[in-house]
Amino acid sequence: MRSLVFLEHHGEELEKGSLGVLSKAASLGEAAGVVLGPGAGALAARAGAFGAAKAYACEDEALSAPLPQPRVDALSALVEKTGADTVLFGASVLAADVAAGLAARLDAGLNWDVTDLVLSGGDLVGKRPALGDTVLVDVGWTSSPRLALVRAGVFDPVESGGSAEVEEFGASFSDFSTLATLVEQTQEEASGPSIEEADIIVAGGRGLGSPEAFSLLEELAGALGGAVGATRAVVDAGWYPYSTQVGQTGKTVSPKLYVACGISGAIQHKVGMQGSGTIVAINKDPNAPIFDFCDLGIVGDIHKIVPKLTELVRNRQ
Amino acid sequence: MKIAVCVKQVPDATVHKRIDPVTKRLDRSGEGALNPTDLNAVEEALRIKEGQGGEVVLVSLGPEKAMESLRKALAMGADRALLLSDEAAAGSDLVGTTVALASALERVEADLVLFGQASSDGDGAVLSAAVADRLRRPLISQVASLAVDGDSVTGKRQTEHGYDLISAPLPAVIAVSDAINEPRYPSLKGIMGAKSKLQETVALTDLGVDAERVGEAGAQTTVLDLGAPPSRGDQVKIEDDGSAAQKILDYVLERRLL
Amino acid sequence: MARPLDFPPAFGPLDAIGAPTDAPEERIEVGVLVVGGGPGGLACAIRLGQLLEEHPEVRERLGEVPVAVLEKGKQPGSHLLSGAVVDPRSLRELFRGRLTVVDLPTYGEVPGEAVYVLSRRSALRIPAPPTMRNHRNVIVSVSQLGRFLAEQAEALGVTVLPETAATKLLVAHGRVRGVRTGDRGRGRNGEPLSTFEAGSDLVAGVTVLAEGTQGLLTSAAIERFGLQGENPQIWALGVKEVWRVARPLRRIVHTMGWPLRTLGGYGEFGGSFIYPMGEELVSIGFVAGLEARDVEFSVHDVLQELKTHRLVWKILAGGERVAWGAKAITEGGFFSLPRRFSAPGLLLVGEGAGLVNVPRLKGIHYAIESGRLAAEAAFRALQRGEVPSRVGALDSYDEAVRQTRTWKELYEVRNMRQAFDKGFYVGGALASLMTVTKGRMPNGRFPTHPNAAAPLVKTDRASRYPKPDGKYVFDKLSSVFASGNRTRDDQPSHLRVATRVRRPVAEAWAWMCPAHVYEVGPDLGDGTVSVTITPSNCVQCGAITAKGGRLTPPEGGSGPEYTLT
Repeated sequence: MRSLVFLEHHGEELEKGSLGVLSKAASLGEAAGVVLGPGAGALAARAGAFGAAKAYACEDEALSAPLPQPRVDALSALVEKTGADTVLFGASVLAADVAAGLAARLDAGLNWDVTDLVLSGGDLVGKRPALGDTVLVDVGWTSSPRLALVRAGVFDPVESGGSAEVEEFGASFSDFSTLATLVEQTQEEASGPSIEEADIIVAGGRGLGSPEAFSLLEELAGALGGAVGATRAVVDAGWYPYSTQVGQTGKTVSPKLYVACGISGAIQHKVGMQGSGTIVAINKDPNAPIFDFCDLGIVGDIHKIVPKLTELVRNRQ
Repeated sequence: MKIAVCVKQVPDATVHKRIDPVTKRLDRSGEGALNPTDLNAVEEALRIKEGQGGEVVLVSLGPEKAMESLRKALAMGADRALLLSDEAAAGSDLVGTTVALASALERVEADLVLFGQASSDGDGAVLSAAVADRLRRPLISQVASLAVDGDSVTGKRQTEHGYDLISAPLPAVIAVSDAINEPRYPSLKGIMGAKSKLQETVALTDLGVDAERVGEAGAQTTVLDLGAPPSRGDQVKIEDDGSAAQKILDYVLERRLL
Repeated sequence: MARPLDFPPAFGPLDAIGAPTDAPEERIEVGVLVVGGGPGGLACAIRLGQLLEEHPEVRERLGEVPVAVLEKGKQPGSHLLSGAVVDPRSLRELFRGRLTVVDLPTYGEVPGEAVYVLSRRSALRIPAPPTMRNHRNVIVSVSQLGRFLAEQAEALGVTVLPETAATKLLVAHGRVRGVRTGDRGRGRNGEPLSTFEAGSDLVAGVTVLAEGTQGLLTSAAIERFGLQGENPQIWALGVKEVWRVARPLRRIVHTMGWPLRTLGGYGEFGGSFIYPMGEELVSIGFVAGLEARDVEFSVHDVLQELKTHRLVWKILAGGERVAWGAKAITEGGFFSLPRRFSAPGLLLVGEGAGLVNVPRLKGIHYAIESGRLAAEAAFRALQRGEVPSRVGALDSYDEAVRQTRTWKELYEVRNMRQAFDKGFYVGGALASLMTVTKGRMPNGRFPTHPNAAAPLVKTDRASRYPKPDGKYVFDKLSSVFASGNRTRDDQPSHLRVATRVRRPVAEAWAWMCPAHVYEVGPDLGDGTVSVTITPSNCVQCGAITAKGGRLTPPEGGSGPEYTLT
């Protein structure tokens, strides 16, 4: 397998997610990193540490804004030049557009939301969860190159200590590719992540006992850098705003960590959060259904455990 | 201004979904509904039309019964619907879908093509970018607010890092997120009038699409097998003896979640 | 002892009556307006479509929309639930010369039947009582039948308006003028949201109310036009599940007795049905009268209890529940029928008009028959030279209903349901006598008592219910989820109930409701408690109306999404 891995960067940093994909690709065969945009050469050199034998860089000014279409031009030229049989992306807003555009350009098969890649008898097989992660689908490709978008954060970057030979390449751009232009960029405001984007959610249900107890959750979420969610019951009761409601008639979330406090775990709530990476539940009712589908279940009093946990997290920092 | 809105019928959110073990495709025989984010795209198109006049054309790819779901968008105020329905297109992957949809869009000749960012059944959020490439049009995706000004369009695109304000000349392809607006309810008069609006169903040959390029025949990705997802691993359940907070912290640190 | 009747809501049937408020040019005019896309309403629409097809000159005069059907669910069928074993005679009549029974979406004829009297550990098979014989009847999902009938109606030029609730009956100068549809896009406190879409006045020459059980406008019309029958209306609650089973079931099964308590004092009357739907599916349900007196009586949980019986376990074991739903069933029978089925500009059809035969466990074919007759009466009233809102213009409908076999059948069993007030065994004996004598003995009129008037008792009923395991035995919230209910949470409550009541009343509502809508709230100190309501769980079964509150239609498109029930 000879793969190109699209290494996305933000400022002076290569995105961790795409480096994880690079490490994975290197474990499956020959992997080269690709960095696009002014300053790409210096960044590309870092790819070696994560398993790339080679890294390609295109410094063209047309690639300075984080827009997908010029990147499709550059990548398709590179695929042709290198004869790579696989192009891999770590999922992001930008990478999804680049991967899809490249698929259309090259008439190539794209599988997305892939959570693992394995070689089976020489063929690449992707694992893709479906139907709310209740089914795992094995997906393959019938043509070359094979394109895959890997679910964010499933592969950790592995520092192998190697170094990559950096090769700069030039690209020409299609007439339509450069029509869209970046007018302005705003960084995320500092008020903490929204519930849809948060990697960590601390959510409360009626077991909190009173609306005041939500302040405990807010403090824990603040310490963890996460967001606060709520069940329908407490939103109905007016304890917390509707915009934070997780569940069937609220938001569907899939953070890496979901801390459920005083939440019984009715199916209406479960369908909104079952895609979470790790679920920690704290509830004083040992028979609460949430204990059937959490990873770590604590039978105990939220009012004692949550403040202590907040303190421990803060002390660590 | 002619606005094409690409919409899709998906299994209704309430349907007990399953993958057909034989075809390995999502079983779509049950109740269908319009993909939720597509309603945001329809709403945005209607607002643009209300602001500056024009026509809103729904474009879809799917089985013939998908027209029933399109009717809801007609009831909201879209002017007409074009459904590409062909047995040969069933089982299309991204490339096949792009080829088919782009042909339908070429026929509509819209100034602006709107998509809902992702479908609730496929959830790849990839179709708009592929179609833009095929149509050779500029793309703005993940758009949380949109302004059309004369012959250009400006969208506020939400990314992992914040917002990018992106501008592009028309004709352009835009994918909107559900943050962009709150879709309207169809009025009673709208529902009554929907049935009599132009609802055109066409086949691949009507659009001159080579059947070999779409459907199973044109697919470049395959589904090899279906299996159960890996179990969540061992569940741990403990009674708090005063050390629960520490145990939670140890647990999440061990899994590198912080 | 506490009675729900003593805690009425601040809302009466006449609150659903009003005059048109939209300016005349804003009103939407249709020829005939049918409220309710169930078997009755759709049969009416289909028959009208047929008649107008044959008489284009009448159709011409009725304007752009000659016939419209309002449906509060996402589509016709979304809110339809029944057993159902249907007597096909009315469908045959409706589609005479056009379709036969094999063209309809059925699961075929009843393959065989068995009736059991259960105790906890035994099942005694008894000969099917004559009223319960189902030879040649067909098994259907009424939800699927509704979708089919809607397609037939649309093909005949009928306009079906889904996601549209009728919230007021428009009456002016003593004549029904149409309905007002509900607003959409209001917030929890009634405030208009950014998506607010006001309802409309829909006016029609003839308005046909086919709302089914617990129709808001039907009860308003009965009150407004003084149509109350001799006995008060009563209801049962039916809760059902559809299972995908490992082995096909080759007969229909009815059970009586356990888990109900057979002594008259408990007011527990009812039984179960288990019907195959083809090779793979089985429909299982429990129906019990809403006069049950124990505050902890819950049909939802009685059904779970029934499933633990060996007889049922053998049918369902190894299967998977794929659907769930609940619905109140009109049970008063002949003496609870409205005095008349029409008023100026108005026709009453189907179950809302009380046309249900409890001993036969049937009503769908009565709904279809009454719908067809209503269509024919409406059609006559729409002829040139006639004014449909003229007093007496729709009288032919009342005459036609009284000449049907339905009428005779309902008359023969007129006292049978009431006999069971005396308990299962005495009731059973009286019912046998009534069957043998075709209702002549015992004669007279047995009274009914409003469900909400039954004084509540506490006898630890709930201790018998099995614990949910989420696979075979379910809790109410899992069931609501299986109904496909996705009602928008932040809309105003559509349930009119007193929220300050004596504790047993609150408890009775909480247990009765199959959808976990009511909860007993904090003690208010003066012997009352508050009632906490979660309206978005509501599957609009209507039990609360029988038990002292009032269900009104929520925003159109809310509620369950039944597809198999």
